[in-house]
Amino acid sequence: MAEHVSLVVNGVPREVDVEPRRLLVQLLREDLDLTGTHIACDTSQCGACTVTLDGKSVKSCTVLAVQADGANVTTIEGMATADGLHPLQAAFWENHGLQCGFCTPGMIMSAADLLARTTDPTDDEIRHAIAGNFCRCTGYQNIVTAIRAAATTVRAGAAG
Amino acid sequence: MTTDMLGKRVKRVEDQRLITGKGRYVDDIKLQSMAHCAILRSPYAHASIRSIDTSAAKAMPGVLDVMVGADIPYNPLPMAWPAGGSAGLKNNVNSPRALATDSVKWTGEGVAAVVAETPEQALDAVEAIAVDWEPLPTVVDAEKATQPGAPQLHENAPSNIVFEWSVGDRDGTAAAIDGAEVVVRQRLVNQRLIPNPMETRGDIGWYNPGTDEYTIWMSSQTPHIQRLLLAAFVMGVPEHKIRCISPDVGGAFGTKIFTYADYPIVLLASKRLGGRPVKWIEGRRESYQATIHGRDHITYLEIAGKRDGEITGLRVKTYANLGGRLSTIGPGIPTTLYARVLSGCYRIPHVFAEVVGVYTNTVFVDAYRGAGRPEATYVVERAMDLFAAEIGMDPAEIRRRNFIAPDKFPYENPSGLGTASGGAKIYIDSGNYEPALDKALAMAGYADRAAAKGEARTRGKYLGVGLSSYIEVCGVAPSKWIGAVGEGWGAAMWESANIKVHLTGKVVVTMGTQPQGQGHETTYAQIVGHELGIPMEDIVVQHSDTQGTPFGYGSYGSRTSSVGSTAAIKAAGKIREKARRYAAHMLEASVDDIEVDGAEYRVKGSPDKKKTFQEIAFALDLAFDAPEGMEPYLDETAYHDTPNCTWPFGTHVAIVEIDEATGKVDLVKYVAVDDVGNKINPMIVDGQLHGGIVQGVGQALWEGAVYGDDGQLLSGSMLDYALPRASWLPNLELDETVTPSPVNPIGVKGVGEAGAIASTAAVANAVNDALKPFGIRHLDMPLTPQTVWKAMQAAKGAQA
Repeated sequence: MAEHVSLVVNGVPREVDVEPRRLLVQLLREDLDLTGTHIACDTSQCGACTVTLDGKSVKSCTVLAVQADGANVTTIEGMATADGLHPLQAAFWENHGLQCGFCTPGMIMSAADLLARTTDPTDDEIRHAIAGNFCRCTGYQNIVTAIRAAATTVRAGAAG
Repeated sequence: MTTDMLGKRVKRVEDQRLITGKGRYVDDIKLQSMAHCAILRSPYAHASIRSIDTSAAKAMPGVLDVMVGADIPYNPLPMAWPAGGSAGLKNNVNSPRALATDSVKWTGEGVAAVVAETPEQALDAVEAIAVDWEPLPTVVDAEKATQPGAPQLHENAPSNIVFEWSVGDRDGTAAAIDGAEVVVRQRLVNQRLIPNPMETRGDIGWYNPGTDEYTIWMSSQTPHIQRLLLAAFVMGVPEHKIRCISPDVGGAFGTKIFTYADYPIVLLASKRLGGRPVKWIEGRRESYQATIHGRDHITYLEIAGKRDGEITGLRVKTYANLGGRLSTIGPGIPTTLYARVLSGCYRIPHVFAEVVGVYTNTVFVDAYRGAGRPEATYVVERAMDLFAAEIGMDPAEIRRRNFIAPDKFPYENPSGLGTASGGAKIYIDSGNYEPALDKALAMAGYADRAAAKGEARTRGKYLGVGLSSYIEVCGVAPSKWIGAVGEGWGAAMWESANIKVHLTGKVVVTMGTQPQGQGHETTYAQIVGHELGIPMEDIVVQHSDTQGTPFGYGSYGSRTSSVGSTAAIKAAGKIREKARRYAAHMLEASVDDIEVDGAEYRVKGSPDKKKTFQEIAFALDLAFDAPEGMEPYLDETAYHDTPNCTWPFGTHVAIVEIDEATGKVDLVKYVAVDDVGNKINPMIVDGQLHGGIVQGVGQALWEGAVYGDDGQLLSGSMLDYALPRASWLPNLELDETVTPSPVNPIGVKGVGEAGAIASTAAVANAVNDALKPFGIRHLDMPLTPQTVWKAMQAAKGAQA
């Protein structure tokens, strides 16, 4: 009863046969070995599994793998380029925006969605943008700082 | 490359892998031919098991094995820290088995385990297991569980009592209270919490039939202790035949200290499959039912003193809910780690605490961030505010008036470890509390609070200001206490470090401690780099694998920076001394004439005669020119046991606004002035404080584990349990005072728990302060909109 799914993940075309009940997050982790996307709950509350699907952030535990057929997916593994880290990755590192690191991939993907919409977010906008992502280590403070810093980098890049 | 990074805000070396999705947590590990385990958990909080029929499950697709309690040949899980320690106080101990055999005591206790080819097949088969249950009456409230007529959980625990323990001066405290000018009494509930590290627990067991050895990958804070406990107490397998590996751990906060049933289950399952590795990963709802909870105290508080604000006595009786069976150190938390620091940073001459440990039909309670000390701080800090309100004194002033003065250290508090039976006397060794209070008050604009309250009223808000002055006993610590004083868990508490220097001068540091997000790979590299005068880039820090790291007791109790770091410093000192001796040989000088400056070893008075650390390491590794009696290679191990715990302190100030229409509490400002001594990496220290503070804020305002009277966990998922979100919080404002700890060479104290210890009381005090216009004296946490709104309405009704 396998279903066939064709999708592009981090720029690479992938073909996978899955059980109909398979979730996108399971396809990424189990079938494609992209274990940077994490599972931290079973009620779509925590946001640890956030990826971008056709440019918009989704919790990949709320998407069936078959629903991603034909889609373009970016995971944390696809954020850095040959030129180096994504500005969000660099800013999380620089500003101690992570401790245990388990929420970090999802947090970065949610922040990427925010920065795709605005490169000059207020702290309040940042805090609301990541309200669907739990972090238990940082109290969010340095995550907010990191996202603000990444926005500055992105703006400077656009201006330059 | 800067060589001396000690005390600097250094970016973490761990982060590169974690920000790129290349971390390696247990669930990221795939092994050849790995099978998957799922556990059937009890749907009843209290029931007898008449029979279990696994035949249908065994016939399900992909199922390889099904185990029930009778199939497990091991002992129950160990309970290692009874109340009163080894001193002989009676503890009525019931600890869990890997799988329950005759009865279950909470919803979520494991009764069967399925092993299948895929996780989905294992979960499907779990649902096909038929258990014939005989439900029994339940009790979930610790105080009610001790009353006549309450359902009884265990034959050996009459009235569901695990222990009745007391500490302090019973008669003196009674006299102080009976003769006091003012006595304030209050019942306080410190509600049950679900710790919620973002990574749930999980493990992979692998039995190698070729060597008769067991390996387990586990998300644990204590791989060395787990090997010891599994070997000696659970499985009866020699210790050298078990290897425990903790890869990246996604947060823990205490939950991953303990011995859990799944450890022996996955190891036995692998053995029964002839050596196929078996993985078990805990789901979040499963975690809520099967991993430890924290707090859950009901306390009757009495505080006595004079009208001028001098506190003369403190007496508490606390019912500590320990769950349906005991976790690894459950009884130690509400006794030693709670009542012995109950008087906090205050000079209270008479203190008496009585603690009743109680079984209920709930999951076990054990150490959660702060472990006993947040509960103690909550009691004394609410008590100070209640007493201040009673005599009409400023809460800051009453604290100031009762602080232990800076010239009184070392200070022995009346319920403290100095009064414990046995040999060790542990005192509060240092502190200077008033400067931290003053700084926090200034940052918070405390003097202007009346005007701020008036301004808030114009916006339909009630503003409240809350203080929390705290101390913390951490850096646990001396084996003479934890092992020998008759109150500890009969184990040691030292730490270890090994340093090896390759012939290229690159350094490998292996530690017995175990990080869960604290950045040990960075901070130890900063320390060793400082000690040896080499850049951090030349150092790699390894940990978390019992094969290849020296034995250590793991990371919890804010102990790593004090105890672990000192072991690393001692090991580096041994390396430096051997390098110095060899430098003397190379330079044809006497050892006493070799002076060390960073990585340079030179002859005093002849600055041109010198060797670098790297040159020495190279020559000593090749060893063709080693002098008589000198062993080749730079490889040194050190073990460190501290003379005392460490004693961080500080004052936090919370400012809240309550919406008069909805009762919603907004935390609008938060100021924290902490004294954690010197700092290895101030950036990491700040991060620890942020996270701890927000966990404590979560308890004050939102979090609470709720069981129905039937023992069903009503707050059973992340949908139902209110974890703090980014959008609910302000930016926290941190500052410091610095009183170096005298017990370690770098003067650090530890900071993992401080934030969580202080913040709950600060926020709760602020909310209660805001509600004073309603005549409300005390509300129990969590101070949700519903709780606050109901109280405001009731007060309005009463006033009308």
